[in-house]
Amino acid sequence: MIRISLLVSGLWALSGCGLDMGLFSPAGPVAEAQRMHLWIVCALMLLVVIPIFVTIPFLLWRYRYRDGKNHASYRPDWEASWRWEVMLWSGPLVVTAALGWFLWTYTKALDPYRPLSEAPLQVQVVSYDWKWLFIYPDLGVASVDRLVLPAGQAVTLSLTSRTVMQSMLIPELAGQIYLMNGMTTHLNLSADHPGQWTGRNTQYNGDGFHRQTFRAEAMAPSDFARWAETAANAPPLDQPALAALEERGRDPDLPDTFGQVPPHLFHDLAGTATHAHHGGGQ
Amino acid sequence: MSDILLGRLDASALPWHELAIAKTGLEVISGIVGLTAALLAVLGALLVAAALTWWRLWGPLWRDWLTSLDHKKIGIMYVVLAFVMLARAVSEAGVMRLQQALGLGGGGIVTPDHFGQLFSTHGTIMIFFVAMPFITGLINYVMPLQIGARDVSFPLLNSVSLGLTAAGAALMMVSLVLQPFSTGGWSGYPPFTEAAFNPGAGPDYWIWAVTLSSLGSTLTGINFTVTLYKERCEGMHLMRMPMFCWTSLCTAILMIFAMPPLTVATGLLALDRYLGFHIFTNDGGGNMMMFANLFWLFGHPEVYILILPAFGVWNEVFSTFSGKGLFGYRALVMATMCIAILSFTVWVHHFFTMGQSADLNAIFGIATMAIGIPTGVKIYDWMLTMYKGRVRISVPMVYGIGFLFLFVLGGTTGVILANPSIDYQVHNTLFLVAHFHNMVIPGTLFGMIAGYTLWFPKAFGFRLNDRWGYRAAGLWIAGFLLAFFPLYILGLMGMPRRMVAYFEGAWLPWTLIALTGGALIGLALLCLAVQLTVSLRDRAALAVPVGDPWDGRSLEWALPAPVPAWNFPVLPVVEGRDSFMELKKNGDHLDRPRDGFADILLPRPSMVGPVIGAAGLVAGFALTWHIWWLTVLTLAVIVGAMVARGFVRDTEYTVPAAEVEARWNAWRALADASPRIRRRDEQRPANRGHAFPAAQEGEA
Repeated sequence: MIRISLLVSGLWALSGCGLDMGLFSPAGPVAEAQRMHLWIVCALMLLVVIPIFVTIPFLLWRYRYRDGKNHASYRPDWEASWRWEVMLWSGPLVVTAALGWFLWTYTKALDPYRPLSEAPLQVQVVSYDWKWLFIYPDLGVASVDRLVLPAGQAVTLSLTSRTVMQSMLIPELAGQIYLMNGMTTHLNLSADHPGQWTGRNTQYNGDGFHRQTFRAEAMAPSDFARWAETAANAPPLDQPALAALEERGRDPDLPDTFGQVPPHLFHDLAGTATHAHHGGGQ
Repeated sequence: MSDILLGRLDASALPWHELAIAKTGLEVISGIVGLTAALLAVLGALLVAAALTWWRLWGPLWRDWLTSLDHKKIGIMYVVLAFVMLARAVSEAGVMRLQQALGLGGGGIVTPDHFGQLFSTHGTIMIFFVAMPFITGLINYVMPLQIGARDVSFPLLNSVSLGLTAAGAALMMVSLVLQPFSTGGWSGYPPFTEAAFNPGAGPDYWIWAVTLSSLGSTLTGINFTVTLYKERCEGMHLMRMPMFCWTSLCTAILMIFAMPPLTVATGLLALDRYLGFHIFTNDGGGNMMMFANLFWLFGHPEVYILILPAFGVWNEVFSTFSGKGLFGYRALVMATMCIAILSFTVWVHHFFTMGQSADLNAIFGIATMAIGIPTGVKIYDWMLTMYKGRVRISVPMVYGIGFLFLFVLGGTTGVILANPSIDYQVHNTLFLVAHFHNMVIPGTLFGMIAGYTLWFPKAFGFRLNDRWGYRAAGLWIAGFLLAFFPLYILGLMGMPRRMVAYFEGAWLPWTLIALTGGALIGLALLCLAVQLTVSLRDRAALAVPVGDPWDGRSLEWALPAPVPAWNFPVLPVVEGRDSFMELKKNGDHLDRPRDGFADILLPRPSMVGPVIGAAGLVAGFALTWHIWWLTVLTLAVIVGAMVARGFVRDTEYTVPAAEVEARWNAWRALADASPRIRRRDEQRPANRGHAFPAAQEGEA
């Protein structure tokens, strides 16, 4: 049934354009700026591309071989010209300089490590095979495969992996960053308005890779506070629960929300290298 | 749990194992797909063996080809290898496109693990066993002819390089039968490929296939570089070399510097996997970021290793078929060198998302964009080559025009990816997959097929059928557009690469379009096969024995087609660029060598290359399956072969002057009997390879 409905929605998308997701549909300032940068680069590159695309067909037509019947000028030994050479090098140089200026500005402004406000909400992300744990250290709660955010508020993610390298991407909110075992990386983002998006791992990590998605959910601050309160009453994130998370796949009995998260949990998880478990990726 | 005799090789490696343990319908289908592929590989090998036996060709194959040290034959064997592996890797791409078209909501025709093996073998084969052999083969055949040399500097080393590359390719084919292959992709990132996460044989197959290939390519790089510096004929100054030789030189230098980091990376990964080191592991102080740096220190120059020889082909194509000298030779030499050097300064752009500082990313991003400058200059120079020329839309030109348009678009998406802030969004998505296919298909592969079409008559004495050539070119271009432009959209919509299945209905239409594109590419490949068959049938009408079917400009076109084993009856003396064209314009191109003929020394065939190749294959196989006795034995064979070669004193044979002269006389008589033809007759049977310069047609 699910497959049929997906198929129908796919065919529906075929009739429309279906381009209302990913970078086409940003929902936060970071993704918005990234899309803007993309358009600027595209516009600058069109300055290069369009003349080439117009000129090549012209050259092919004007100078085509016609067995002596083409009267356009033919100079088989014309092989060098300083005037042309200067133009050929300076054109791309100028465009690249402009692109480089935008690159520098946007890369500095959109540094994923740069917080978007003075006191962003701290969320810690731990990736497993093939699931995600989101820890809210200041609230003492955690959730699995569901990243709950207060809309309009800056968030700082600190990320690590308990298994192989992964890469976390919520295209509507911000770009991706790698998660590596024994190391911590950071990503800052914010959602403009309440909504739901799909987050993914983009770095192949075995059989469950394509199912390793999570729901990124921005809610009004009051709703977020209510969610945190409810979550605080969820089962504790204790040793058995942590051990279950380390197993590959998803244990259906594992709760998706935890209360009473130990305060230094992320530090412990990120600071200790994982020895391999269970193996058998083949 | 390792057997003394068979290591860890057991029944689970057999190709029907997946089918035997299948529980779900998907696993059954997937098992059948895998088994079919294995059977096709075995059947193909058996058919070739049977044909060789039936026509009693084993002897000639061994004497005239496998043991030959002739750079031309080695070049041809590289290209044959590339086409065989291309057929497999395109088939795999077809299965993957079909899987993604059916994969909405799960299902399809292959399991996730099988899909992982497919994208890993596809990438590994396309880079190391299609693109690399193709460029190596083309350079091998053409470059010594263009610089007026008898052979490469180290003919035996050339044969060893071929042996090692073929061994790597053969190991890939073995992994189709005795499974599994790695699921770690062509880049094999640890820790996923470490024993902790993937203890099976898969990553080991990848390590040894890639290691064999990288050793072969390093040796090739040394060989080509020395040849280009030392074997040029009199008067062939560096700045008089045809552009193809310049791009070959840059590629060869890149090979020398870029392949060793790969050999080191796979070697260190092997230490981790075999001897319990902790270089790239999660624990014990290992750090996988080291692998990413080493791999891309190879991987980025590698893309220029692949594209520069294609640029070389495009230089020849645009100038030959525009009836005009190449515009901006000096600028093109400079641009090629710029690209070669810059290619070592951009590797970090393969992992902008690893958490380094924005400053570092910005610097590497700008360095990446800077490569666009010399590349753009090349595009403009080719356009100015057509300007005020007389452009003939031959088959190589159709590929060339497709290349110009598509490569400019691929360059645009490359500039997009060079921006770290945008790369954060599209890294690891299908946008990236679309981009690099956009560079290597219209760039490298079209260039190689254009080169194959251009130089085929030189190698075999007859042209390829034009009609089927146009069909193949059109299908390649249309197929490419349909197969890969949807992937740009999918990437911007957030679809990661390497997905066996997905749950977003909006992605479906685009995967369906990509599937039709894949089908067209399959047809394009079929057209190439038909073209070869038809041309072989009609070879009498297509024959160009005099050797200059396209009104060529460089030295190789002065020789008969096919070229005799000794290349030049007397080593040429050149007085400028495009020296053959000058001779033709003056009507001096058939002149008898002034100082007469002399005996020629040529390298004798040697079995060292094929022996080292075969032993390398078995060694790779034995290492993969932990069969230690066989590893030691084959390594001993390799060392033994090298030592034994040291005792061989009689390594050359003499071609008597009389034989060279007789052959030259025969060619001269043929040329005298074949009228010089104008370009309007280029594609007609009248074209016997005796060209009248297009530049002089107006005066005739």
